[in-house]
Amino acid sequence: MERAKCIEMIYPELEDKLVVTIMGACAQELYNLGHRENFFYLQHAMGLASSIGLGLARHLPDERVIVLDGDGSVLMNLGTFTTLARYRPTNMIHVIFDNGSLLSTGGFDSQTTSGITDLAAIARGAGIEHVASADNELQFGEAFLEALELDDLSVIVAKVKAVGPDHYGMDLELPENAFRFRRFIREKKQAAAP
Amino acid sequence: MPVSYENSKVIFEGIKAAGIKSVSALPETWLGLLLQRAEDDPDVDLIQVAKEEEAIGIAAGAYFAGEPHILLMQNHGFLAAINGVVSLAQLYGIPLCMLIAFRGHWGEPYPWHTRGGIVTEEVLRALSIPFELARDPDKVAQQISEAYTFSQSSLSPVALLLTRDLMED
Ligand SMILES: Cc1ncc(C[n+]2csc(CCOP(=O)(O)OP(=O)(O)O)c2C)c(N)n1
Ligand SMILES: [Mg+2]
Repeated sequence: MERAKCIEMIYPELEDKLVVTIMGACAQELYNLGHRENFFYLQHAMGLASSIGLGLARHLPDERVIVLDGDGSVLMNLGTFTTLARYRPTNMIHVIFDNGSLLSTGGFDSQTTSGITDLAAIARGAGIEHVASADNELQFGEAFLEALELDDLSVIVAKVKAVGPDHYGMDLELPENAFRFRRFIREKKQAAAP
Repeated sequence: MPVSYENSKVIFEGIKAAGIKSVSALPETWLGLLLQRAEDDPDVDLIQVAKEEEAIGIAAGAYFAGEPHILLMQNHGFLAAINGVVSLAQLYGIPLCMLIAFRGHWGEPYPWHTRGGIVTEEVLRALSIPFELARDPDKVAQQISEAYTFSQSSLSPVALLLTRDLMED
């Protein structure tokens, strides 16, 4: 299965959620479907997408937070699973697209490429209760819908091919993305305030 | 030397007086009494991380959420968090108000703290992170409030180094 297809499948669901995505290919594939003000693209700091997600989810209990992560990125911050398990943000879904590759930086194999390392097992071992693995689009769609229905922290590890978009480029400066993302949240909070 | 009970309290009250109710931290000896207070205070939300770099991400999330947030760590934890500081906070213009226990400096008896202590200020300078030393319990609350204000106006990481004078009795 391809990550771009998976993102396309869940894209309609992302409209009213806060979305944090990792850099490069994943960010571009989301952007290509149409940028929204509720998307934050973490373009360089590997490993921190889920930490940003936790910070958002913990301080915005009325929002749903979706993190789109990668194997290489999450391998740089495996401790995040333990922090997520400890604080259990019930309004966060952590999707990890495991392509067994550092795709965005030249496509070198990552530690998960051989299938020996099981990120879902690591998440489970860290104490996260709802962890799903998906090998095909049907499984991924079902896992995502199930996670949406649950009022709890979920991790979904989606095994995807190591392929990315055919072009890169966004009409969005990085600080601009941060400012607008923050403003979007502020305005939504103001609109909801009594 | 024992950790100062009184000054830990003064710092905690300073954080609260600055309007900050959300704290991320990785414990260490000098921060122990402070973190105990944060944990016991129902108005304060303490998130303890497994590694300090996580706290940079959490702080960014709190900033996006509009929630005043402070980070507590040891200087070695700051050293462990640098890529997050540079490639998330500085790259995107996200403020960080960091209270950093300044271990390994004047009077340090433990060899293992010394290298980190010796390089801390130079690393902060190299990263263009404004910092001040906190030594005086009568001034630290104001320093916390000013550090927070400056982080927000400059959209930048700012550090307040908690020294031995302040943290030990
Ligand atoms: C600390 C650090 N080291 C190296 C890089 C270079 N780099 C950019 S993208 C990337 C791979 C990301 O892998 P993954 O999270 O699996 O996403 P994918 O590209 O496979 O979609 C690397 C290593 C970086 N951005 N930061
Ligand atoms: Mg990958």
